[in-house]
Parts: sequence; structure tokens; C-alpha cells
Amino acid sequence: MGPENTDLIQGTLDMLILKTLSLEPIHGFGIARRVEQISRGVFKVNPGSLLTALTRLERAGWLDSEWRDTANSRRAKYYTLTRSGRRQLEAETADWSRRAAAVARILKAEV
Amino acid sequence: MSLWRQAVRGLRALLNRPAADRDINDEVEHYLDEAAAALERTGLSPQEARRAARLELGNVAAVREQVRAYGWENVVDTAVADIRYGLRQLIRKPAFTIVAVLTLGLGIGASATIFSVVNPILFEALPYPDAHRLMMVWDGQNGRSDVTFGTYREVVTRSRTFQSMAVVGPFRPTLTGVSEPERLDGQRVSADYFRVLGVTPALGRDFHAADDRPGAPFVAMISDSVWRRHFGADRSIVGRQVLFEDVPVTVIGVMPATFENVLSPSAEIWFPMLYDTTLPVNGREWGHHLHMIGRLREGVSEAQARQELDAIARTRDTAFSRPSWAALPDGFVTTRLQDDLSRPVRPALLALLGAVALLLTIACVNVTNLVLARGVERRTELMVRAALGASRLRLMRQLITEVVLLAIMGGLVGIALASFAVDLVIALSPHELPRAAAIRVDGSVLMFAVALVTMIALAVGIVPALYGSRADLRVDGRSRTDSRGREVARRSLVVVQLAFALVLLAGAGLLLRSLQHLLAMPPGFEPANVLTLQVQTAGRRFRDPNATHQFFAAVLEAVRYVPGVSTAGATSQLPLTGDQDVWGVQFESASPTTVNESREAYRYAVAPGYFEAMGIPLRQGRLLNAQDDGNAPRVAVISESVAKRRLPGVDAIGQRLRIGASPGWFTIVGIVGNVRQASLAIDPPDAVYVTNEQWTQFADGARWLVVRGQSDPVALLPAIRAAIESVDRRQPIVRVATMDERVSASAAARRFALVLFQAFGVVALVLASIGTYGLLSGSVTRRLRELAVRAVLGADRRSLLELVLRGGMSLTAVGIVIGLILAILASRFLETMLFGVSRLDAVTYVSVVVLLALTSAIACWMPAWRASRLDPNAILRAD
Repeated sequence: MGPENTDLIQGTLDMLILKTLSLEPIHGFGIARRVEQISRGVFKVNPGSLLTALTRLERAGWLDSEWRDTANSRRAKYYTLTRSGRRQLEAETADWSRRAAAVARILKAEV
Repeated sequence: MSLWRQAVRGLRALLNRPAADRDINDEVEHYLDEAAAALERTGLSPQEARRAARLELGNVAAVREQVRAYGWENVVDTAVADIRYGLRQLIRKPAFTIVAVLTLGLGIGASATIFSVVNPILFEALPYPDAHRLMMVWDGQNGRSDVTFGTYREVVTRSRTFQSMAVVGPFRPTLTGVSEPERLDGQRVSADYFRVLGVTPALGRDFHAADDRPGAPFVAMISDSVWRRHFGADRSIVGRQVLFEDVPVTVIGVMPATFENVLSPSAEIWFPMLYDTTLPVNGREWGHHLHMIGRLREGVSEAQARQELDAIARTRDTAFSRPSWAALPDGFVTTRLQDDLSRPVRPALLALLGAVALLLTIACVNVTNLVLARGVERRTELMVRAALGASRLRLMRQLITEVVLLAIMGGLVGIALASFAVDLVIALSPHELPRAAAIRVDGSVLMFAVALVTMIALAVGIVPALYGSRADLRVDGRSRTDSRGREVARRSLVVVQLAFALVLLAGAGLLLRSLQHLLAMPPGFEPANVLTLQVQTAGRRFRDPNATHQFFAAVLEAVRYVPGVSTAGATSQLPLTGDQDVWGVQFESASPTTVNESREAYRYAVAPGYFEAMGIPLRQGRLLNAQDDGNAPRVAVISESVAKRRLPGVDAIGQRLRIGASPGWFTIVGIVGNVRQASLAIDPPDAVYVTNEQWTQFADGARWLVVRGQSDPVALLPAIRAAIESVDRRQPIVRVATMDERVSASAAARRFALVLFQAFGVVALVLASIGTYGLLSGSVTRRLRELAVRAVLGADRRSLLELVLRGGMSLTAVGIVIGLILAILASRFLETMLFGVSRLDAVTYVSVVVLLALTSAIACWMPAWRASRLDPNAILRAD
């Protein structure tokens, strides 16, 4: 978490959550951790935003959740990607790649 | 799928908030644990790791709140909290709440009542399939007249735009085969009548064409009510014979209980027409006494039907003869059945809708003002809430929630009021009001009330919410700018109230003056002390005309001997009863080609003594007397209008006339004054009087007895009844009323509108006064210090009184000026209901202005008086 870490771009959090969950079912902190790790600390996830986003995605039908007991007898909520969540991820990924490529072209043209 | 999830999860959270909170709590805690564990793995001690994790996470409570705030269920939660808080606020101020709820209840109740009356008549489709295709067709003669059977036969054969047509006429047979003979209201209908309406019998069969031919076996259809009342709802009634006037008639069908017969709501029995299809020219087949109704073919427009009927009227077909009085020179008048029914009451109903909208607005304005005034009192409370972090939107929502609560309570009170008021209005309604049975507080009225409540909540809530929620923008609670704006708003609202109240009062005033004028119209007879009733002959023996004449002669003789009776007469039709027996009258002197040839007149077949009993004055010649019997030469008496219009510049006495296709000429022997037959408001029509015995085409089986008493004739009724029954106790006596009652009933439609306008006007006046009083009284309270300073500086009581009074009265003056302009504009909508008075009647406007000014002065006086009595020392020391 260096000084150059960046707040998530608006709207990308959902995609990152879906992407993370496409690997394996995982709990909230796990998602935050993985996003930070994979982005090598560029993105820092706000816990409040993350947990709200999880509720939203779950209600949208893209995630399922289940409670598991942890070693120190607490409850942990694990999230799984649903089939429609997977479709959503594909759509968002495609959309993102198109936008990113477009932005990249514009930036190059300006030089 | 996801919507479903939204709903279910939200609902689960809403219904079990603790469990939902626990889930969020656990998830956040677990997040913290995992974060700490991760830090621990980097080499921190458990305590340090936990501290670092907390730091990283930020405020745990805030995170929980953030997660908890997601979801629609939170909106519901807040609303519930608002409602709870709002209810507490309303309970804390019971006087305010009660006044506001009652005011709104009055407004909503009045609106819902008027709507429930207007809806089935003007808006709701009639209770028939494709009711918009049902048309009434009138003979265009004299504007609109009943058609003859001959005309119907021609139209039904020649028309292509109508799928089916029928004619109906009134009919009142007496059911005699039962222990207590009962006269039933019924209709004679052509065979297709029920098919035109699109209604089928619940039991048995409908009329066939074969039932409606002269000489066919007698058949009848009965209503559900007759079936239950007389035949114990016995299904085997179909096919059984029943006695009507001692004649056996086979019952072939029973109409469903839900059948609403808009053309004759009281009809309970239906007979076929049985008119002679060879159309003898001197028979009833050519009398203008039938209503014609038709069902348009699908896809045919009203205009197409009109065009076709006009063409039929214009072009003669040799296959159909037309006597001169049914030659259709004026074509047909075709209107939608619903418009036709609502025609007599439409202006009144629309005016009432407008009036009740004004009243509702006044009520809303009053409540808006109350809520605004309360906003001043609540300023501290709202500022505290704003200071504690409530957003402006949140405060607005709170204020609107309270108004919504008021509106809902007002709506409940209104519906309760309406369900009572509807019965009152029905009791008050004129007989012209169609579909009276369909008037009730039903689903559509409830929907209307809900819509009203919503509109009121928005209209009343928005202004106070805007002012009230501004509390958060100000630190200084005494800021003048806001209260100035609020004051202007309240003043304008009071002006609106005063102006609208004036509009309502002016409407009531115009209607009142119209009614006075109407009742002052000379009816052409002397209504005082006259009792009238109809006797209907029923039975086989009355098929002989002489028997009928003898019966009525004997009845009249017996009635004349009743002590207290000064004179008595009889007539075939009586003014102001709705009777309309009109015949073409032809004069011997007029050449057959004159336009006047087929002009019509009311035919009165009377027994001598009728003119004396009614008090119809003789103008020239002589009246009819007992010598004018069946053996004497035929003689007639005409009304002044006939003499003037038909025989101008000629001495009418001695001229000869013919009524319809009467076999002989009647010699005119006298001229009497004009009589208003249909209504007081309609100019007297032409009238021709002959004696019963000389009217040889048929003997009128139902005759009116007109009895003039020496004093109040109602007391004589039992004796008169006994006298009639002494002749024959089986002949029903019906439609008993004094002539005074008939005069008064003929103004019922106007009185109906007047009573409601008066009620609305009075309520509006009271509400406007309350509004004015409330405004001034609030302003005196707020200006106490200023007034006290004035008093100390030498203002005496009188000048303080004047100061406040002037403020209130200048407001009233503005309201009156605006109100006058609006009233004059609005009076256009009353124009058709006015009689003998201009819509710009100065007397009315001056009176209502004085009334409003006086009431307003009283409302202003009380706060002004309080201002003049204040104790300046006590007030200034209190600061």
C-alpha cells in the first residue's frame, strides 16, 4: 500500500469483485485482499463500499452467499459467482476492454 | 429474477431487522478478524495487528451503517419513522388536527358525494353491452316529440344504420288475480326492446315478433321484484297464466335482478305493443306517444345514422303513408341514449361539479394556512432537527408526511360523510335525475377519493414544506425574511378563499333569485286548496266506453258531495304531472296547404267542472257543461294561445276544428286562459278541451280528479277516498298530490341545485371567515410588541382597533374584487339554469358582497378587539 495507491474508478469495483469471485468462493476481506494483491497495491478497497457492493450484487442475482463457521467460532459469509454473474462479468469485461482500447488510442493520437 | 430477490431480501430485512443487523455485524467483525490475521502474519503482535486493522477499516460503526443503508427497505423504515413522529405531532395538537381533518373531510365528503351522483349519469357507461351504440330517436316536431307507431314502422323498415330498433310507451296494468290488486308500473314495448338494450331474461324467453301482433295470445314479461313479491320467486311461473284486469295473460319470462331499465326505472312489467300494423289512420297507431330507441350497427357513426334518418324523413316512400301530423317535416332528432337521459340535469350537474371543486379548494387553502401557521410555532423544533444533521429533504419529507396523514384522515371522514350525504342528495333529487338507483358510494367513488387525497397531500403539503424545511439555512431564528414570505403566502391564500367563497355565494344567489322568479310565474290556474289524484279503471266491464264514462260520472258525483269540497272536475291529463297527450289540430277555415295544418295541441278530455276546480279563467264564450254529452253537437274550448296563433284576427267562437283524425268537427264555444302543462319554465302550450263523452275515439281509462276544497284539501283525502270506493272499491287511486305540491315539484331540478349551492356557499363562507380570523389573530399575536409600543407612544384603543381591522378588511376588499370578476366569468356556466334573472343580476352581486363583507368584518373584529385591549406594560416588561 504505497503512496501511489489509487481509489477505485467508479463502476469498476463490481467488475473486480465478479472477476475475483470467478476464481473461487471467498469472503469479503478475501476479495479486498486479492484486488489489492493482484493490482500490486494500486487499488485500495474501502470496506464499507465493498460490503455494500456485495449486498447489491447479491440482490441483483449475480452472487450467492453462504455462512460458514470459522476456526475461532465466528461466522463468515462466503460469496459465490452465479451463472448470471458470470455472464455479467463477461459483458463487463468486453465492455471494459473496448473502452480501455479506445482511451488508449485517443491518448496515443494526442502525442 | 433479480427483482424478486430485491423484494424478498428487502422484505426479510424489514421484517427481521435484528437478524439482518446481526448478519451485517458478523460480516464486518469477520472482515476485521481477517484483516488482523493478515497483519499478524506480517509479524505484528495480535494487539498491534488488531489496532492496525481497526485503523485501516476506519469507523466500524460507520461501515455497518453504510452497509445497512443499502436497499429499498430503508425508505420504508424512514417512512414508518416519519409517520410515527407525524402522528405524535398531530396528537400533541388536537385542536389543529381536528379542525384540519374536519375541513378536509368536509371538502372530500362533498366532492365524493357530488362525484357519486355525477359519475353514473355523465361518465360511467350505461349498464348495457356496447352502450355507446344505443340512440334515442325523436320526431323533430316542436324541437323533439315522441314518435308515432307509424313512423317507427317506416323507420325500422327503411333504416340500414340501425341493427335493431324498438318503441316503448308507458303502461300501468293492474294485477287482479291476487288477494290485494296492485297497480304496476310497466311499459308496452315492441318485440325487439330487450334485444336493442342487449339484455336477456333470467328465466323463460324474450318477446318474439309473433307475440307483438294484434290477436296474438296475451303474454307478459315481469321484473325480478314482481316475481319475488307476488309469485314467491317460483320458477314455474314461466308459462303460467296470470290475471291482469281480469284478462288472463301468460308470463313468458322474468328479467334478471340486475336489469336496470333506464328509460323507465320503476317499470316492473312489460307487454307487447300489439298495435295494428295496418296503421288505421284514426287509431292510436298515429299518436305521438312513443319513445324510439335503436342500437347502431357496429362501426356506424352517429353522424351516419343522423344523415340516413334525415334522408328517410325527406324522401317519401310510397309503401308508407304519413298523415299530416306525422309527416316528419322537421326530420328526426337523434342523440346518444346517455346524453338523452342526462340532458335535463347536465347543466346542474356540471355546475355542481364546479362548485364542489371550488369548495374543495377553499378547504385545502384553509388547511394549508393552518399548516403554515403551525410551521411558525414549530420553527424551534425544526431548527433543532436541522442542527442535529437532518437534511432539508429529510425535513420536507417529514412535513409532507404529516400533511399526508391529515389528508388520509380527512379522506376517511369524507367517505363517511359521503355515504350519509348520498342518501340525502338522492332524497332531494328531482325526478328528472336518471339512474338514481345507481348512485352510491362505490369502488369508483373510493378511487376518486384516493386520488383527491393524493392531490390534496401534494397541494397542501408543498408550500409549508418549502417554508418549513428552510429552517436549516438560518442561524437566527428571528429572521424576518422568512416570516415575511410566509405572511404574503398566507395573505394570498386568504384572498383566494374569500374570492372563491364569493363565487359560490353568487351562484347560490342567482339560483335563489331564479327559483323565486319561477315560483312567481302564473301557472294559469289557482293551485291553492286543490287536491288531485288519478283513478284508473281496471276490469273487463270497462271495455265498454259508456261504462267508463258512467263510472267516472258517479265518482265525481260522490266526491262533490263530500263535505268541505267546493267543486270537483275530471280530466284526461293534468298540468305539471309529466303527462303529454298531444294531437294534431286542424281548422276547417285553414286551407289544407298552410304550414299550420299539422300544428299540435294538448288534448284535454274533461268532465264539466274541471275549469272551475282548477281555477282556469274563461276569456270569451262559455265553458263546457253537462249538456255537452254524447248526443249533443260536438263542442270544444281552446286556450288563448290557440286563438292567437292559429286564428289571428278572426273571431274564434264558432270556428270548427278537428283533433287528430276525429270523426267529426268540434265547434269552438269558448276561450280559456293559457295553462303551463309541462313545466313552469316552459311557455304555455296550445290546448284544446272537449268533454269526455264527446271524445268518441276511445274512453280515457285513467282520469284525474281535481278537487277544490274550502280549506286545506289534504284533510279531505280520507273522505274523498271513501267516496270513490263507495262507487267501486277495486279501482286503484294513485298519484295523489295537491296542486301546490306539483307546482313546487316542477321546480325540483332548480331547487336541487340551489340547495347544494347554498350548502356549499355557507360552508365556504364559514371556512373563509375562519381563514381570515386565523390570519389576523396570528398576526396580532406576532405583533404584540409592536402594538404595545404603539400604545405606549400614544395610540389609543380606537386607533389600534382600526389598525388591525383595516388590515383584515383591505384583504377582504381584494378578495371581493377578485371574487366578483371570477363570479361574473363563472356565471356563464349557470346561464341555462337561470330563469327570469340575468347572470349579471346586480341585486344578487350586491347582496353577496354585503354578506361576505359583513361576515368578514365579524371575523376581523375579534382579533382587532383583542389588540385594542392589550396591556402594553405587561407585554413590554415580559421581554
